[in-house]
This record gives sequence, structure tokens and C-alpha cells, in this order.
Amino acid sequence: MATKEKSKTKNITIKIDGQDISVAEGSTILEVARKTNIHIPTLCYHDDLCVAGNCRVCVVEQIGARNLVASCATPAAEGMNILTNSGKVRLARKHIVELLLSEHNADCTKCYKNGNCELQNLASEMLTRDHLFLDLVADRHYSIDKFNPAIIKDDSRCIRCQRCVRTCEELQSVSALEVANKGAHMKISTFYEHPLFEVVCTNCGQCVNRCPTGALIERTYVDEVWDALYNPKKHVVVQTAPAVRIALGEALGMEPGKIVTGKMVAALKRIGFQSVLDTDFTADLTIIEEGHELLSRLKRALVDKDPKVALPMTTSCSPGWIKFIEHTFPEYLPNVSTCKSPQQMFGALAKTFYAQKRGLNPEDIVSVSVMPCTAKKYEADRPEMRSSGHKDVDFVLTTRELAIMIRQAGLDFESLPNEQYDSIMGVSSGAGVIFGSTGGVMEAALRTVYEVVTGKEIPFENLNITPVRGTEGEVRKASLKITGTLPDFNFLEGVELKCVVANSLVYAKRVMQEVRDGKADYHFIEIMACPGGCLGGGGQPIPTSPEIRAKRKAAIYQEDMGMTIRKSHENPEVTAIYKEFLGKPLGHKSHELLHTHYKARQRY
Amino acid sequence: MSELIQRVDLIFGEYSDQKYKVLEEALKRPNDDIIKDLLDSGLKGRGGAGFPTALKWKFTAEVPSDEKYVVCNADEGEPGTFKDREILSRVPRKVFSGMAICGKVIGSNKGLIYLRGEYKFMLPELLKELDTYHEHAKKLNHNFTIEIRLGSGAYICGEESALFESMEGKRGEPRNKPPYPTTSGFMGKPTVINNVETFVNVLMICRIGPVQFRKLGTTDSRGSKVFSVSGDTPKPGIYELELGMPLFQFVDEFGDGDTKAVQVGGASGFCVPRKKFKDTIIGFEGVPTGGSMMIFNSSRSMYNVLHNYLDFFEEESCGQCTPCRVGCQQLRKGIEAVKRGEKPVLYLEQLMKLAETMKITAKCGLGQSVANSFSSIVSNFKEEMIY
Repeated sequence: MATKEKSKTKNITIKIDGQDISVAEGSTILEVARKTNIHIPTLCYHDDLCVAGNCRVCVVEQIGARNLVASCATPAAEGMNILTNSGKVRLARKHIVELLLSEHNADCTKCYKNGNCELQNLASEMLTRDHLFLDLVADRHYSIDKFNPAIIKDDSRCIRCQRCVRTCEELQSVSALEVANKGAHMKISTFYEHPLFEVVCTNCGQCVNRCPTGALIERTYVDEVWDALYNPKKHVVVQTAPAVRIALGEALGMEPGKIVTGKMVAALKRIGFQSVLDTDFTADLTIIEEGHELLSRLKRALVDKDPKVALPMTTSCSPGWIKFIEHTFPEYLPNVSTCKSPQQMFGALAKTFYAQKRGLNPEDIVSVSVMPCTAKKYEADRPEMRSSGHKDVDFVLTTRELAIMIRQAGLDFESLPNEQYDSIMGVSSGAGVIFGSTGGVMEAALRTVYEVVTGKEIPFENLNITPVRGTEGEVRKASLKITGTLPDFNFLEGVELKCVVANSLVYAKRVMQEVRDGKADYHFIEIMACPGGCLGGGGQPIPTSPEIRAKRKAAIYQEDMGMTIRKSHENPEVTAIYKEFLGKPLGHKSHELLHTHYKARQRY
Repeated sequence: MSELIQRVDLIFGEYSDQKYKVLEEALKRPNDDIIKDLLDSGLKGRGGAGFPTALKWKFTAEVPSDEKYVVCNADEGEPGTFKDREILSRVPRKVFSGMAICGKVIGSNKGLIYLRGEYKFMLPELLKELDTYHEHAKKLNHNFTIEIRLGSGAYICGEESALFESMEGKRGEPRNKPPYPTTSGFMGKPTVINNVETFVNVLMICRIGPVQFRKLGTTDSRGSKVFSVSGDTPKPGIYELELGMPLFQFVDEFGDGDTKAVQVGGASGFCVPRKKFKDTIIGFEGVPTGGSMMIFNSSRSMYNVLHNYLDFFEEESCGQCTPCRVGCQQLRKGIEAVKRGEKPVLYLEQLMKLAETMKITAKCGLGQSVANSFSSIVSNFKEEMIY
């Protein structure tokens, strides 16, 4: 497969549909057409992935060439004369879409992606009324893998564009999904055709984000949540993750990058959740716990010279990352922070602290979370995640599922007023908000750790620690020299704290390989499994692209800047919960409720 | 053999008296000289597609790169061809020499032979012969080694870019083109990939000169060709014949007197019915072939023949691109439905259009060539498809 050509030097001129266009050499015909606002349909093409050129929907006619060419895979060359809408092209495209439909289980009304399906859109564009070809689905034995709590894979809806395969390999270096067999039997499969939950799949859901049809979807809990809401005996609380508030609007017809926190809270209240709370609160709590964990590890290493202390320490908020390291670098599990993710901390507290404060029986509480993530569904199902004595988080909804509920409830989202989170566990800081972006956990942690150690605010303008704000497609490294420490932290005087931030598992793997090969002297590693961090998570609205994620990221940092409290340790509810319930960071109660352990898994 | 058909003894002819003598002489010549000879000879690739060999070599030679490869495509999988097996077992030295000359011309020191998995039995002999080659190459101070890689039985791996993928240890799926192998082939490096027979032809041109070579064949199809003759013929086997002969001569020679059609070029080739024997030239100006000549007499059902080919393609498509993966299934099921009367006769027209779409939209030569046999059989033997 050819990778996208990036080196663009001289300009060339080509003709598209009679229009002369000057473009940089190396652009594909598709890129040129898009720049000229000529729509060429695509299916296997995706902005985030290498060019495959295998669906052939994007074929165009090149005058003088014997065959049609795939515009996504063909570089524009000087003097080319391209027709994107000739009779030959239209018939060929129609044939191709008809062929795809003939082996696709097209009972759209039974499909989760109905109304949000690229194949369906194409079929409607091509006016595929009477199917031209024979139906191949009837005598096929397609398998549906529905045993996973996070992702469902339905081969009967697969059009074999291999977007998922490329996603799994290129973005995530997981390769849980691969192409198996050839010819008519070719399909997307797993190792020995095991169900997804038995293979290396991290449940990150990036494949779900890129699947053009309903072949890969999240397991939905929308109906279960409605049932709970309608059950008068139940008290349903909901928590919303930081990255949901900047993306939810997209799934409801708004432009990417709109902050809809207040409207989302209003919608959740109208839907009927008894208490609308914020995962950002437990994100702040995570910072306190994780920050102290880092400091205690550093102390053991620097003062006690304990050779067994596991450094560098990595973050643990991303369940995709956790599953990945369990499979791929199990020997480094001691390096992972024992802190639960904010979702699970919230769940554990909802059925203990919250129940206590509100005088509720934890058995009557249904704890729902709205996450930008599919891996969170798996995480909530882990046997470790029952420290309240019940399932800490009962149902995990993705951003997309919340959008479905909002539509089902008949709410006009855009005209909703802005409302406030409930209390308790609804107050948060800017530090909690930026958890949704790559580099955010690092920045939030540094804001707190620096101040705990030195008693002073971290010396960055407006607290914006831009050197650790991660970007897609790279591993971001930064270091911070600590001076002027308080007496308790003298051991850190003059220490250069080395941090590294990575998003997408392919970069996570690179960082861990460096660590394994002894080439890294980091202290603290932040990993988020998805491109751009949670804002590009597998549960976020479809479509996704680098541009869309850039807008979401800008919105997250804008939301942070707009907060009055910017540092986790200044969150009054956090201070209160330690005073009233938890005691001290890393204390007995914290260990019981807020920390967890991991399980080494095999690669195969 | 009748006078009309001229048998040639270039490929299978005697070795030179001294081992690797032609190679030794070629190594002394300037590269441009050899390319010019190839250009003058009019040699076109013998795999079936017929790209001028001289140009392929020239383009690759011109690309600056510290690493280049010479690949010999011995993944002989086209139904009805078995000539590369014969060449490799009878005159392997000629193949190695041809590759070594290519290495010199394009500036490569690594040759690879991608041998069809089913030809594993030939490996011991070939490796023995390769040892001799390497000894001589050393003596001649020619830094060019040859390695043999085995395929795993997929027809698609005979497609050059799928072959590279397979040799790189990946799933054998054709790549997008451009880039072509001349700039980005095996391991992304400039690569010449030629058929087994082409390399032998190169060697023979070096030995007898382009003038002598040009005397064989026609303007568009110079030289001789090794044919694999099978089917309803009293004398199946391997024959080296001049290119450019009319099909009726071939049928006169090899037919059983009741020939109704000849499938020229295997499953991916064309079916020529009796009425067109006279006007059909076997060569690049007419019907090209990688060597497969399957003869059918009147006892054969062309429906069955076509069904068999479609079964083959349905199985051997890599499954990557839509037109080929689904198109092959639709064609096979489609003719079944017409035969059973479940679809009207007109449906054949629909299928012909689909075959045309496959021809112009499929990602690689396999999908593009399914239409060859489909259209030629359906249009010439329509009544057999229906009744």
C-alpha cells in the first residue's frame, strides 16, 4: 500500500472537467478535485489512513487511458485531462455500488448505523432502485461477534474496505483486525477468528469511528438506560467526560469545535437523570492521587534508593492504553499508575460517598457515564471495578449514544438553555477539562505537583504549559527543572522532571520500546490511546479527521481558559471529599476505592 | 511438423560449449549497447502483457538508487501454462545468465526468483545449478547473487506487485500503480521483474544478435515463444514456435480435426471460435498469450468451460477490490441463473456490461482480464450459455 505523498515541490497543471487547475506535484486527483469543490464519492479512502485504492468507487476517466483510474491513489501528472462525471464513470460507479450492495446485508432499518452510513448515502446518490445484480447475502454464512461489552462486529454489513484494518495497524499498531482468506471468502477477521474479547483488541473503537457501514459498532446501552430512568425505584446519576462537551454538538448537527456543556447538562436533566454530575470532578481527584503517587515513587527512588520502584510512571486514565500494555508490555504493568480512571473513581464514589451524602441505598443507584470512548464500556465491565460492592459504573454511553437519546427525547438541542451541573461531585477545574486532550493529564498533573512541591504556581503564562500539549503524529517530550522546593520535598531540588506525552497506540508503543531498550530516562509518561487523546476517542461523533479533532482540541483549551478554578487541588469539592470521606491522598480509603490493579495478558 | 508451422530452437537449444560463456561476453559490453540490442530485437515481455523489455530495463537503469533488484517471475499459475517449469528444469543456466546480465545493465547485485509453490520439487536441482552459477559469477568477478523464494499457491502472486508484497512477507495483494516497479518494486526499490522466458530470450539475443532474432516473428511480435498446448489435441506438450502465426495454422497442426474453439492465454485470455481461426494472429497484434493454448473440440460445453474459469477467478481473486471480488461471483452466479432460467436471456447483456466495468475499474490485471474470457465466450457461444 502506498503512503500518502507529502513532499510537494513544484506546481503542475491538470484539467478536471474542463477546468485548468494548477496544483502542487504529488497531490492525488482526489485531493485536486476536493480543492476545486468537485465531489468524488469515496468509501475506502479516509483522511487519517494510507491510501488503499480498493473500493474503486472514486474512479474517474483519464482521457487517453484505457482504464478508469482510482482518483484517491493516482497522482496528478502534468497535462492530465480528467472527467469525473462522464457516462463511463457514472455507470462504473453505479456498478461498483451495486456490487457492494449485493454482498451487503442491506436491511437498513435493522441497522444501528441507519441514517449515518456512507454506503447508504452512496446508494441513495446512485438511485439504486431495482438492484441490478443477484443477492449474494442469502447463501452466505456471515458471523456476528456480539460477545464483547464494547464493540460488535457484524461481517454481513462489511464491505471489506479495510479501513478498520489500516486503523488498527497504522494508528494503533495493534492489528487485532486483519484480512483473512481470498477471493469470495475474503473477510476481515481476528487471530484464528477468535471473538474480539479474546484477542489483542484494546476496544479503543477507532475502527468503529472509521467503519463506513454498520459492520463495526459500539454495543449500545441506550435502552437499558431508558429502562433505568423509567424505573421509579432507581436513582439514576450520570457523569459526563471532559471530551463529550466539545463534540456532542457534532452528532446533533452543529459545527465541530462548539462547546455545549450547558446545553448537554440541560438535555440530561430533561431526559430525566436525577443527578447530572461531572467526570471532571474525579479527573481532579485523579490528579491529586496520581500526583502524590508520582511524588512517592520519586521519593522512593531518590531518597530511599529503592531499586524496585517502578519508574517511569505512566498514566492510567485511558482504558485502551491499559488493555494494550496488558497485552503488549505486561512486564511494565508495575509502571502504570494504580489510580483508576476518572470514570471508575466516579463510579466507586457514586455508590459510596454520594450514596452516603444523599442518604441513598447504593443498590438503588444506577450509575451511568457518557464517554467519548468505547473502551470505557469494557473497563466498566472489569471484575476489579466493583469496589463499592456493586458494579461501580452500570452503563457506559458513548457521545453518539447520548445524541441518540437526545433525539429520542425530542429535544431541540441547539435551543436548550445553558444549565449547571448538580452538586455534589459536579464542581470541576480547568485541569479536569483538559483531561480530554492529549497532554492534558500531564499539564493538569504538573499544575498541581509543582505547587505541592514548591508552594508556588508553575511558572507558565496563564498556567498554559504549552510544551506538554501533545500533537497528533508525534511523541512530545518536555522537562521541567524544579527549584525552590518546600522542606518536605528537598529531595527534588534541582531535579529535572522529564515528561513525555504520546497519543495513538502506535506512538505509545514507540515510547514503551524506548523504555524497554533503556534509551529513556523519563519520570512520567502520559498515554492516551486515541489520536488527539479522548477528543478523538472511539465513542465520538462520526466522521473524524485531523481538522475536526483540531477544532475539538481548540474548544477544550478554550473551556479550560474560561474556568475560574484552573488547578485540581483548588477544586473545593476535592478538598471537601478528602476532609469528609477519603482522609488523605493515597490513604486507606483511597486505596480501597480509587486504586486498582492490572492483569498481564498474552499477545495471542 | 508441417512446413507452415516453424519450430524454433532458441529457448531449449544447446547451451554454449563453455559454461556461462555468453554471460562472460555480455559482461564485457557497455550497458547501452545491450539495451540497444534489446531495443533492436523488438523483444516484448513473455508473461503475456508484452511490455518492451528494453524500455523496462532502461527505465530501471536510469533511476538512481543504491539498491536495485532483478526479479524473475516463475509463479506460473495461469491455467494451461507449464512452460516455465520446462524452461527452469531444462535450461536453468540460461535463466540465471539472463538475470545476471540484467543485474549488470541496471546496476543491481541481487536477483530473486519467485518460484511457484507447487514447483518445490524442482528446488534441489535448481539450487545445485545455482551453486555452479555463483562459482562462475565469482570467477567472472560479477557481483550478482540469485536467491529462490517459494510462493504459497496463490494465483494473484503472479501479478508483479502482489509478488513483491508476498516476497516481503505480506499478504499477496496488488499495489496501486503508479509507482511502477521500475521506480518502486521489491522493498520499494527500483526493480526489473520479467518472466522466466524473457530472461532466456535476452540471453539468446546476446548470443545470436538482434538481427537474427528479428528474423523470427512479425513486426509487432518478434522472436519465438514457448507454447503450452493442452486440451483436445493428439499431441499435448511444450512447443517453441515462431510468434505471429495465424491461429488456423496452429489448429491444423495441433487440433484433432474437430476443434471448435481455442482458448489463447489461459483463463485470463481470449476464446477464439472456429469461424475466427483464419483472421486471428497469435501475437501482440492479435491475441497475445503467455503460452497457454487450450484446444476444445465439439464435445465440450463452453458453458462448462466458462463456469470453470469463473470458479477459478472467484477463488483466486485476492478479494481486495470490489469489481474483482464481487464481480467474479456475480458473473458465475449470473450465468448459472440464466442457464436455470431464473434470469432472462437479456441478463447476459447486463453481465457483459459488468464484465466491461471490471475490465476498466479493477485494481490489477487479474480483475481486468476476467472480462476477456467472459466476453469472448459469451458473445461467441451465447446459445450454449442459454440452452
